[in-house]
Amino acid sequence: MKDRYDVIVVGAGPGGSMTAKTAALEGLDVLLIEKRQQIGDPVRCAEGVNKEYLKEYIEPDPAWISAEVKGSKIYSPDGTMIEMSEELSGAEVGYVLERKVFDRALAREAALAGAEVMVKTRATGLLIEDGFVKGIKAEHMGKKYDIRAKIVVGADGVESKVGRWAGIDTTLKPSDMCTCAQYLMTDIDIDPDFCEFFLGNEIAPIGYIWVFPKGNNMANVGIGITGNASGKVRAIELLDDFVQEHYPGGKAIELVVGGVPVCGTIERTVANGLMLVGDAARQSDPVTGGGIFNSMWAGDMAGKVAASAIRRSDVSAESLEEYEKKWRAELGRDINMSLVVKQRFTRLSDHELNTLAHSLEGIDLGSATLIGLLWALFKANKKLLWDLRSIFKGIKDIEMEVSAEVGS
Amino acid sequence: MTVSVDRFKCGYCGACVSVCPTGALELMETWIEVDGSCNDCGICAKICPVGALEVSK
Ligand SMILES: Cc1cc2nc3c(=O)[nH]c(=O)nc-3n(C[C@H](O)[C@H](O)[C@H](O)COP(=O)(O)OP(=O)(O)OC[C@H]3O[C@@H](n4cnc5c(N)ncnc54)[C@H](O)[C@@H]3O)c2cc1C
Ligand code: SF4
Ligand code: SF4
Repeated sequence: MKDRYDVIVVGAGPGGSMTAKTAALEGLDVLLIEKRQQIGDPVRCAEGVNKEYLKEYIEPDPAWISAEVKGSKIYSPDGTMIEMSEELSGAEVGYVLERKVFDRALAREAALAGAEVMVKTRATGLLIEDGFVKGIKAEHMGKKYDIRAKIVVGADGVESKVGRWAGIDTTLKPSDMCTCAQYLMTDIDIDPDFCEFFLGNEIAPIGYIWVFPKGNNMANVGIGITGNASGKVRAIELLDDFVQEHYPGGKAIELVVGGVPVCGTIERTVANGLMLVGDAARQSDPVTGGGIFNSMWAGDMAGKVAASAIRRSDVSAESLEEYEKKWRAELGRDINMSLVVKQRFTRLSDHELNTLAHSLEGIDLGSATLIGLLWALFKANKKLLWDLRSIFKGIKDIEMEVSAEVGS
Repeated sequence: MTVSVDRFKCGYCGACVSVCPTGALELMETWIEVDGSCNDCGICAKICPVGALEVSK
């Protein structure tokens, strides 16, 4: 370890490793630190990710792919099933990964690109001078260090403190976080070709249950409910009920717990000398809770912006605004659309969810896009989904129809 | 400070850390530490997926 770098990245999840890799490839001197002794372990993920999206950033390797699926099946409370292709299923469906191996492979890519990597190294604070972040305070094997950098990137996940230390309040309200429990189950009868989602206010209040195939009769069977539904009843208890009912003979060989931000975009993700990436920037999808791809996308972007800011010798918040603008224009737009959908769908009763599912019966969703699916739902259930109308604005092929609807 | 962590239940996921309004919680590697800034609001205990936290008022 040196005492100064161009960029220090805190946290070696997918967001941090992508940041470090891109920054190193841009020629920067990079340090990537991770507080755990083993990158990627314990896992806090259902491990689903869209193949095509992922391929933009890493060459697929069978070492970290557990299963490949064709799409998803969504079950409404009365059991009505909607089948969706991979393209329609969004950023969470395609491969089911082995995150322990995947996260390590990404960190290795950062290392091969030239970044220095340190495990069992925890950031405990920031060095702040004249209103600029100038590095981190860190602890490694019982010793304390001050390490300086032109830019610090906080990719420290759901439990992020880096933003808070720089004055960006990233605290989540209970309703803005999805609290999850999952078993890796074996010896169960599942559909190996589809990721399955089960909806219902009884089985998963303000949330859903997922079954993601992991190959060889194994699957990640998990539940996420929003924090405001948690307390009297816990994610793990609801999961046990579901497993009891659906897979009485199955065996759990791993337990995963975790929280995902579902708050939508936050106000600010940059400060003087600082950027936030991934779950630390609350960039996960508010409907699905998916954040693997989003964190990688944002990490890559942050790495590029770090390089351009350092080249122009200006790491002020105004200069780093380039990152803020770019991620908001693409990721942020999708996240905000999901937020509108989340806000409407989480208020639906089981009866209303069934009504929506029935309205899609017989409709071929084969080549639909997500927005096309929502549009189909909206058209058939205008009264129920009137709140969604804002998300169709600006989308060319349905724009005309929408303005006619809204006007009528 | 009256938050107690049942370390035999805790899955060290960090979810509680993200909702704590005072920043009193910290996920070390495999355990949660609570510092003196805790105001006993109870939010952490509410959202823990396994019920590992207890706040006694
Ligand atoms: C149960 C569950 C299921 C999920 N399922 C999916 C899914 O199917 N598909 C999907 O796309 N997403 C899913 N997600 C979300 C996904 O796991 C996250 O969005 C993703 O891991 C975010 O990546 P990240 O790099 O931002 O953060 P993380 O992967 O959380 O990485 C952050 C890293 O920072 C480290 N760190 C934290 N603080 C410090 C510090 N002070 N010093 C040093 N290191 C530190 C942590 O140890 C961690 O390794 C799920 C989440 C949960 C909880
Ligand atoms: S939310 Fe619960 S399981 Fe997760 S770290 Fe906190 S106490 Fe442990
Ligand atoms: S009770 Fe409130 S203040 Fe105390 S640790 Fe829990 S969330 Fe933080």
